[in-house]
This record gives sequence, C-alpha cells and structure tokens, in this order.
Amino acid sequence: MRLALPLVLALAATPPMAAEIWISNEKDNTISVIDVATLEVSRTIEVGKRPRGIIFSRDYSKVYVCASDSDTVQVIDPDSGAVLHDLPSGADPEQFALHPDDRLLYIANENDAVTTVVDTESRAVIAQINVGVEPEGMAVSPDGRIAITTSESTNMAHWIDVETHTLFANSLVDQRPRHAEFTHDGARLWVSSEIGGTVTVFDVATQAELAKIRFEIAGVRAEQIQPVGIRFTPDDKFAFIALGPANRLAVVNMETFEVEDYVLVGRRVWHMAFSPDARLLFTTNGVSGDVTVIDVAARAAIKSIKVGRFPWGAAARP
Amino acid sequence: MRVVLVAMALLGATGAWAAAWAAPLSVRVLYLDRQAERPPILATLDVPPDDDGPQGARLATADNASTGVFLNHAYALDVVTVAPDADFVAAGAAALAEGRDLIVTNAPAADLLALADLPQARDALIFNAGATDDALRGADCRANVLHAMPSRAMLADGLAQFLMKRRWDKWFLIEGQGPGDAEFAAALRAAATKFGARIVAERRWAFDADMRRNAAEEFPLFTQGVEHDVIVVADEIGDWARYLPYNTWLARPVAGSEGLTPRAWSAANENWGAGQLQSRFQRQAGRPMLDRDYAAWAALRSIGEAVTRTGAADAPTLRAYLLSDAFTLAGFKGAPMTWRRWDGQLRQPVFLAHPRAIAAVAPVEGYLHQANTLDTLGTDAPETLCAAF
Repeated sequence: MRLALPLVLALAATPPMAAEIWISNEKDNTISVIDVATLEVSRTIEVGKRPRGIIFSRDYSKVYVCASDSDTVQVIDPDSGAVLHDLPSGADPEQFALHPDDRLLYIANENDAVTTVVDTESRAVIAQINVGVEPEGMAVSPDGRIAITTSESTNMAHWIDVETHTLFANSLVDQRPRHAEFTHDGARLWVSSEIGGTVTVFDVATQAELAKIRFEIAGVRAEQIQPVGIRFTPDDKFAFIALGPANRLAVVNMETFEVEDYVLVGRRVWHMAFSPDARLLFTTNGVSGDVTVIDVAARAAIKSIKVGRFPWGAAARP
Repeated sequence: MRVVLVAMALLGATGAWAAAWAAPLSVRVLYLDRQAERPPILATLDVPPDDDGPQGARLATADNASTGVFLNHAYALDVVTVAPDADFVAAGAAALAEGRDLIVTNAPAADLLALADLPQARDALIFNAGATDDALRGADCRANVLHAMPSRAMLADGLAQFLMKRRWDKWFLIEGQGPGDAEFAAALRAAATKFGARIVAERRWAFDADMRRNAAEEFPLFTQGVEHDVIVVADEIGDWARYLPYNTWLARPVAGSEGLTPRAWSAANENWGAGQLQSRFQRQAGRPMLDRDYAAWAALRSIGEAVTRTGAADAPTLRAYLLSDAFTLAGFKGAPMTWRRWDGQLRQPVFLAHPRAIAAVAPVEGYLHQANTLDTLGTDAPETLCAAF
C-alpha cells in the first residue's frame, strides 16, 4: 500500500493522455472536449466570441481557435485549457489551415474578401491576399506549396502560390463553396458547394476538374442536400461528406467517385474529425447541438453526445 | 431627373492581372428608380428610406465586381432616379439608345410595362425589382421582363402555408383602402382557397380617425363578434394596421401587412450564411437590408452569375442562361433560386417574419410539389395566364 503511493502521485501529476475530440460551439463561446475512450464530454473550455475553425499544432502542444466575432485566433494550451495568447487574424476569421511547416496559419477572413497569412512564432501577419467575396474554405497542400481559399459568393477555389503569396489559378465551382480538402497524397483537391449541392474534385497538378459528385437521398428534398465538411480516411479510399440540413453523411468511394452510403446523423451536420486511430468519426450537428459518433467500418452512428450550442468545428488529438 | 453614377473600378491590387489580359468584358447595368409620392400615414416618424432598392443593386455590383476581377469582367452600375412627375420611359429609352440593354426597375406596373413595350426594348432584359402585382406575372407578362420581387400571390401563399401548419384556419380578413390593399386582400383570399383556410369574417377598414389615440377604443369593437384563429390584414403602406396588435377583442395574432409578415427579406435573417451579406450591406448603406434592396441584389447577382458562367454580357445570351437548367443563385434563404420559365418569376423562399425574428420560412415543411417545392408559392405552370414565354 505504502509502496504504491508515489506511483499514484506520479500519475496524478501527469494524467494519462486519452485521445480527445475538441468541438467548437459557435453560439456558446466554448469548446467541448470529448474523451474518445468514454465518449463523454470531459471538459468545457471558455474561449472568445463565436469560435469556429479549430486546429492542433503538429505536436498537439497548442490548439488554435478562430474566435470569429473577437476578430482573433486564440492559442490555447490543450492540457490546461488556458488561453496562452491571441494571434492577429484579420477581421472575422472563420476557417484556417496550418502549413506543414507548423508555423504559418492561412486564415479565411469571411467579411473582408482576403486571406491572411500569420506567422505563429513572430505573431505577425506576413501577407494578405485578395480573394473573392466571403472567403471560407481553407486548405494547404501536404507538400506545403499550394494554399486554397474558397469564396462563397464568388464561387471559386483560389489557388495560392505559397512561396510568392499570389494567386496562380481560379477555378469556378458550383454555388457557395464551403470547404476545400487535399487528399493525403496531395494529388487531388475536393471542394464542396453548399447551395450547388455538389462536390468538385480537381487534379492538383493541372487544376483540371476530374469529377463532380452529386447526391440523392430518397425522402430528402434536393435543396436540403448541402455539402459542407469533407474528411478522407487515412488511406485515401473513402471520403465522408457532411450534407448539412439533409442530416446525413455521404460515404464516397474516392476511386470511382460513387456515393456508396448515407449515414443518418444529427441536424445540420457541418464538420467532422476522425479519432486518432480513424475507427470513429465525430460530426458536429449545429441545429441539434450534439455530436454524432460514427463507427467508420460499420458506417453507422453509435452514439450522440450533447455539447454546446451550434457545434461547428472538430479536431482530434491523440 | 437626378443621375448618380457608380463606377465599380477594378481594384489596384489586381492591376497586374488586368494588365496581362485583353480589354475587359464590360457589363453595365441601369437601375431605374421611380420615386413615388407616398400617401401620408398616421405614424409620422416612421419614414422609410428613399434608397430601398439602389443600395441592394450597389452591393450586388460590388459582389459581381470582385468576381469579375478574376475573370476580366468589369461591372458598372448607373442608378437613375426619376422624380414623381418626370418621364420614366424617356429615362429608359435614353439607355436603350446607347445599346445598354440590361435594366433593373423599381417602379409601378404601368411604368414598367410602358418601358418593356418600347420597340427598342424588345431584345433588352428588364428585371422588376419593385412591383409585386400578380398581373405582371400573368396576363400582363412580357418576355423581356423577369421578376426578382416575389408576387403578392407568393407572399400570401407563404403566409397561408404557415397559418395552416399552425392549424389557424379561421381567418378574419381586414382590408384597407390604400394602394395595393385590394390586390393583397385578393391574394390572401386566393391563398385561403388554395390551402384550405376559411375566411370567417371580412371587414373593410375605412375609418380615418387618428388611431394613435383611439386604437384601444376602436379596434376591440371593430374585431368583436366573430370566432376566429387569426386576423389577416391588407395595409400595404403601413397606415393603420400597426395599431391593431394587442388591441383585438380576442387574444389572437395579427398577420399579413402587420404582425407576422410574409416577405422577400428580413433583417433578422442570419441563417444560411446571411450574416455576412447583412453586415456587408449595413456597412455600405448604414441601415438594414429591406425587401426591394434584396430584389435588386438578386437581379444584379443573377446577371453577375450569368456573365460569369457564359462569358457574355448581351441580354439574349444572359436571358437564355437564366432560364436554363444550368442557372442557380445562392440567395441566403436556404434553397437554390431559379427563374420560372412560364412567367419569368424568381423562385424563392418567403420569410414569415416579425421585426425581431423569423418565425418560419415558406415553403413550409410538408407542402410538396412534383418538381420544386418553391413552386407551391405563387402561380404554377398549369394555372399561369402568361402567354409571352
């Protein structure tokens, strides 16, 4: 008994790291932290106003949160939940992407028609790039050479040369492009169009359109099928597309671009995050205020977890 | 006639782009704004802004221009305000004579039709962004006129769907004597028939007493004696019906021109990404967006979308694209918007709003249509009286 005591103390000092999913609650100004092992909310962290985009640094020692209505990106210590400092972000940051160098953040400023590039070390804005109206989706290619901004009212994916911070191509897509995602191998770019109801797949090398994916669900009005979030399985075999007020995810075969399945989730499903082992997928359901947990292999929902009001973004840490 | 020219210049920051290319495709749109004499209303302090419409056109032109920067398309908007006693058609004819064939109007039906019927306007494309008259979409329709503003029938149908969903199917209709009241009351009657409501009482408000002092005495008596679920009112200029809520004999909601109003736009809409549109508008205009602003915005954005996708700026090409299956407009109302091929009306959801929130959006869930649920609002293809399309 006595011998065991120092060991217990040691454990308490450095709590065992359980995998977590961090959910930003847009209308509660909080983050809900979900324990992947118990599938319960283990912590709720207060952050700035209207938190949306959320992303971890490469080593998971920091978490960045777009506090849209505070016009800042907050840097948070994921262990303590304390806000370490704010980063300049330009006005109304909504979504962002972290460059593979773990240093530069590419931020879409929804109200300003610009993409802001922030150095997280010097905490300075190093570039602002003019893009179309209502920039929203942000992605950086795995090789770090291309950044993408989608602009919702201009209906384009803007291709940014990361070295010069200038646009080198602009691709028209269907109405209201919401999200852009590079495949893990960097060969393809997927862009979701919320009002167009489609996902466009581009060949990154040529910026040529490879495919346009459409969705059809029996009993759901076509105009309710509004693709937003996109996540790929680590092997780039299947894409999960969040379909907004259709309250479903689509599972798309990434080779054939066929929709193989629809998975019923909560209301107005927005973004998603895989658990670190990629066996579970967590969806943010804005209207129902919860997170649906999907068994990826079974393609079925296994649990709903109540979080804050209007959950928006999701990010995982091991 | 006062002429305000708004030139949307290419931004300096993108000069490098433009310089490397050929001369830009020029897209120049005329916004013709008929300033009407407003009849006096009881509420003297409630003066509507006189730029309801042009501000929406300006915002959409700025939106179009920022897309045009990437495609070498240059957008310009001329806002021409025509005084109540000035010649509206002459203003339009002047633009047509210069070959400018894209015109957005905020004008009564008579002005709009006189312009559309000019021989030189035959191949022009005119967008009605002000008049709600059902006749303009029916017997008086014109092939060169598209309607961005919802019709009275669409507004009344949207309200009827909501009231039926709430099972408020016994309506007490009160009709005013102001301009448009008879037409809106007729649309409400037609909507009641279409969706199965019963008008259990119908009265005309013909009193000219000052309701700011007398509402509490007059309206309880006026609404006495009939069992009903809801009072629907036709008072388009906003004269007397504003004094009716809370002064009814029975505890019943008021809807129609006052209370819960069916409309093209609401300052309370922040769904479907509308927050950004609202804040862009507020920054530009210094006030919230109103219905005619929205109709003008939708017209100009439709032009922009058609130019973006076709690479053309002439009226016949744009008209063909707008009426094709390829066109959709993201209108911040939750459903893709398209143009009806039988009468040129923009399909769009209708908000059922009160000043601080949106109670519901029509088409209301449960009302189905074989082609597009938006066609449960207004005149559908089989019923249309329009023969020009």
